Amino acid sequence: MLDLFSYSFIVRGFEAGIIVALIAPLIGMFLVLRRYSLIADTLSHVSLAGVAIGLFFHINPLLTAITTAVISSVAIERLRLSKRVYGESALAIFLSGSLAIAIVIISLAHGFNVDLFNYLFGSIVTVKQTDVYIIGSLGLFVLIAIVAFYKELVYLTFDEESAAVSGIPTRFINILLIVLAALTVSVAIPIVGVLLIAALIVIPVVTALQFRKSFAGTIVIAEFLSVFSVIAGIVVSFYLNLSSGGTIVLISLLLFLISLLITRL
Amino acid sequence: MRAIDHTKNIIELENIFYSYDGIEEVLRNISFNIHKGDYLGIIGPNGGGKTTLLKIMLGLLPPTKGQVKLFGQPIRSFKDWYKIGYVPQKAAYFDASFPVNVEEVVSMGTYARRGLFHFSTKEDAEKVHKALEQVEMVPYKKRMVGDLSGGQQQRVFIARALAAEPEIIFLDEPTVGVDIKTQEQFYLLLQKLNKQLDLTLVLISHELDVVARETTEIACINRTLISYCTPKELIRAGGLENLYGKELKYILHNHGGLIA
Repeated sequence: MLDLFSYSFIVRGFEAGIIVALIAPLIGMFLVLRRYSLIADTLSHVSLAGVAIGLFFHINPLLTAITTAVISSVAIERLRLSKRVYGESALAIFLSGSLAIAIVIISLAHGFNVDLFNYLFGSIVTVKQTDVYIIGSLGLFVLIAIVAFYKELVYLTFDEESAAVSGIPTRFINILLIVLAALTVSVAIPIVGVLLIAALIVIPVVTALQFRKSFAGTIVIAEFLSVFSVIAGIVVSFYLNLSSGGTIVLISLLLFLISLLITRL
Repeated sequence: MRAIDHTKNIIELENIFYSYDGIEEVLRNISFNIHKGDYLGIIGPNGGGKTTLLKIMLGLLPPTKGQVKLFGQPIRSFKDWYKIGYVPQKAAYFDASFPVNVEEVVSMGTYARRGLFHFSTKEDAEKVHKALEQVEMVPYKKRMVGDLSGGQQQRVFIARALAAEPEIIFLDEPTVGVDIKTQEQFYLLLQKLNKQLDLTLVLISHELDVVARETTEIACINRTLISYCTPKELIRAGGLENLYGKELKYILHNHGGLIA
């Protein structure tokens, strides 16, 4: 076990991974309960377009991914509110649209090296020291924002109409949630990759929901499941030489199946 | 039945019109006031605009024309939303698997007074406890709301409204899907809140018999304000069909209460 920490990329992977593991279920809780899980998938594809832009112009892909995701998240919410398209259609437009942009940029560049593959499926090798700082500071920002607006987010998620009557600025809170989701998705990309991030946001929450606990209790369970999946995933992927993103998601899926069995009994 | 107390207006509606997309007129020229201590029933046929009127009073919909005043202030500049409690119709149908316990739901009631960036205090916890006492649900504090019966859930939602220490509570069809015995206990609770705590209550219902039995004032809405009176005056006016038209006569026949 000790030799694991003698590799600096593993240490960076753990640092970034644990931060992502802590914030993913916090956001996931609100997205899942608002039947908005698909937004995570959409934002991850939008982030891929951002990664492609970054690789093309030789800017840090994490930064371009964050920028594109945040801008798109606000656009998605506005499009949904305008009621000119259905909420799901807004997601579909952004998902396929940004994937198309990503592919066109990749073909313009005549393909990138292995880098892109790492962003698609996640690899802790991709995580640079600068990335750890970016992930750390944005992760802290997301955490503080959720703690600060926790009661508003809970009320809105449970009963939007009553929350509005009690004077909670529902529009602002909705935009806040989607921007926080965009930040979470984009900072998680180096670890679990574009194609798997939605799983890390959704699966630990859905697993925790099986235990039928209070709102706060469910979040605590989801946090433990998420952190365990990420740590176990990184360790297992290191020793068995597997993809870290895939291993993390498979472990969280295994926990989900176990929870189904336990709660059935 | 006591006479309408005109001393203090809590809600004032002046010539309210509402139409969706400016075409289909849902509400036409509605004016009336709700006074402190009133137990007002708003009745009318389904599709007659009761819920739309409620949403206008709660600031969820802006009226196409006319003015709403809450506690003497135009609704747009009104800030003291904690004074207004709301028990939504949705309470009867909410997602039973939502992970939330009784205490957490009732705590939501205290949020309005707290404002952003403020954390719940010991004082809030006391308000939550007091509200649960008022609806006799203290032993259920840690229970999941989804595991409770419809009547108990309804009490939890009342407690949430009470935790804000409001001056008026709006209830939208609160007993939909609740059995008769539970309904009776529920209306006893509302009587208690109205008389002992001096809470102003607004009960939106399509059940004329319940409204006539429980409330002190009745507003009958079918697109426009058809009548505003006490239950006694309503009976004395006779010819209910003339007042309400065929649709309401139908409701009366189905529920019986008032004619007998």
